Amino acid sequence: MDEDKNFTPFKGRILREGSDAPRAPARRHRLSTRLWHWANVLVLLVMAMSGLMIFNAHPRLYWGAYGANDDPAWLEFGVWTDDAGANHGGITLLGHTVETTGIFGLSRGSDGQELALAFPGWMTLPSTYDLALARSWHLAFAWGLALGLAAYLLWSLANGHIRRDLHITRAEWSPRSIARDVVDHLRFRFHDDGYGVLQKLAYAGVLFGLLPLMIASGLALSPGMDAAAPWLLDVLGGRQSARSLHFLGLCGIGLFVVVHLAMVLASGPVNQVRGMITGQKREGDRP
Amino acid sequence: MISLPTISRRGLIAGGGLLLSGCDRVVRQPTIEGWVEGAAGLHMPAQRLLLGRDALAREFREADMSPTFRSNGNTEGDAAWAAHAAEGFARWSLRVDGLVKRPLDLPLTALKAMTQRRQITRHDCVEGWSAIGQWQGPQLAQVLAMAGLMPSARFVVFHCADKTGEDPYYESIDLVDAFHLQTILAWGMNGRELPVEHGAPVRLRVERQLGYKQAKYVMRVEVRDTLAGLYGGKGGYWEDVAGYQWYGGI
Repeated sequence: MDEDKNFTPFKGRILREGSDAPRAPARRHRLSTRLWHWANVLVLLVMAMSGLMIFNAHPRLYWGAYGANDDPAWLEFGVWTDDAGANHGGITLLGHTVETTGIFGLSRGSDGQELALAFPGWMTLPSTYDLALARSWHLAFAWGLALGLAAYLLWSLANGHIRRDLHITRAEWSPRSIARDVVDHLRFRFHDDGYGVLQKLAYAGVLFGLLPLMIASGLALSPGMDAAAPWLLDVLGGRQSARSLHFLGLCGIGLFVVVHLAMVLASGPVNQVRGMITGQKREGDRP
Repeated sequence: MISLPTISRRGLIAGGGLLLSGCDRVVRQPTIEGWVEGAAGLHMPAQRLLLGRDALAREFREADMSPTFRSNGNTEGDAAWAAHAAEGFARWSLRVDGLVKRPLDLPLTALKAMTQRRQITRHDCVEGWSAIGQWQGPQLAQVLAMAGLMPSARFVVFHCADKTGEDPYYESIDLVDAFHLQTILAWGMNGRELPVEHGAPVRLRVERQLGYKQAKYVMRVEVRDTLAGLYGGKGGYWEDVAGYQWYGGI
């Protein structure tokens, strides 16, 4: 990291505009946060794409301990052929079918041939049907996700990141404070003085909610883990419920990533990305 | 609307030509593939550490059973098997050989006369679905004890009568799973004789692993010191043919 002679050591205090702090690069993200962030870009992308490939092997979701083709599914990807002989793809959610030809259920391969795949090849790893290879990648990167999250949480507990930056204070929990943050977002007014309450909720939701859910529900899909820790399935409501929660968790993470990227774009992407790479940003820069 | 069946989907894709995208070139790059498969080597020791030898798969009540238990893979054996099936397996016997002191030929009546274990367990297919059913048969440990293992024994291989491609189906487990309390040679399912589509007359139940390890139509149990030299050397049909992990606990 470049040392600037005006550099003010970061002590958990946010340098505010208008304060007597020097206009120097402010520490924006700790090294631990930056390392974990970019490692996650890779790990989560591989996990999601290989996970969708695994889902393609049986694109039906159930609640409870068991569930197979003869059992009712709450979500199902499928194909059908109309009277004219044309193929269609669709998703059936709770009994209601929506046609999704071209993307979900039925898509075209690189050579233009129709493929009956729940998720199209461009969304999966590998891009053609290979459950064994997708599982190898998914399970190898799962170590990175689990150990990375554990290391990051411990590191962030030790260096005060959780307490100082993510902890939602009693004042912030007030409806007035939340409403103000919602209005600020709607007006595209983003402040630099630490995370807002919605931002904290989003990050804490991913850190303490979605990612642990993905790890727990993923482990619960392993018959070996279920013998070692039967309580996992008691908590999650059975193996097929765990599989459904694993899928819904992915949807949650996908939603987070979309909103996260939208917020980065809306709040000055160059400065934001620089902040996540170098850890510094120019104080006073505004989108 | 029909859900996507695995086999026909594979057929569709096989005809689709394999134009590898840039992403796939990385995925199938040998160094990277070696690294990913290497990480897979962590799964089994880590699970065994948590599992120990004896942790049991959950057993369920009759009320928890699947209304229909989906059958998967092949639904019949080869010609020799068909001849036995036509006779109700009256002259069929299970060959137990390899690194054993006393090779055995156990007719179905002998397997039924041994101390039985009945268990209602969940079958988890590698594709993602699960079915709960009841299984009955002698523990594999009893059969192995009867045959007497040689000191060099390390793996138990199951040679089967069904064929997907050129080779018959085969699977293998190590001695930890072979001597596990719930590892049985099931001749009964859901209170009846094992149905043909589920692997009659006998299939393996190794309850802490995935479905492809549960070999159906078992004709011969072979005790070995190594998996090298067994077909492709990876210890199982899908392991050799499609690269599935030998350890099916995850």
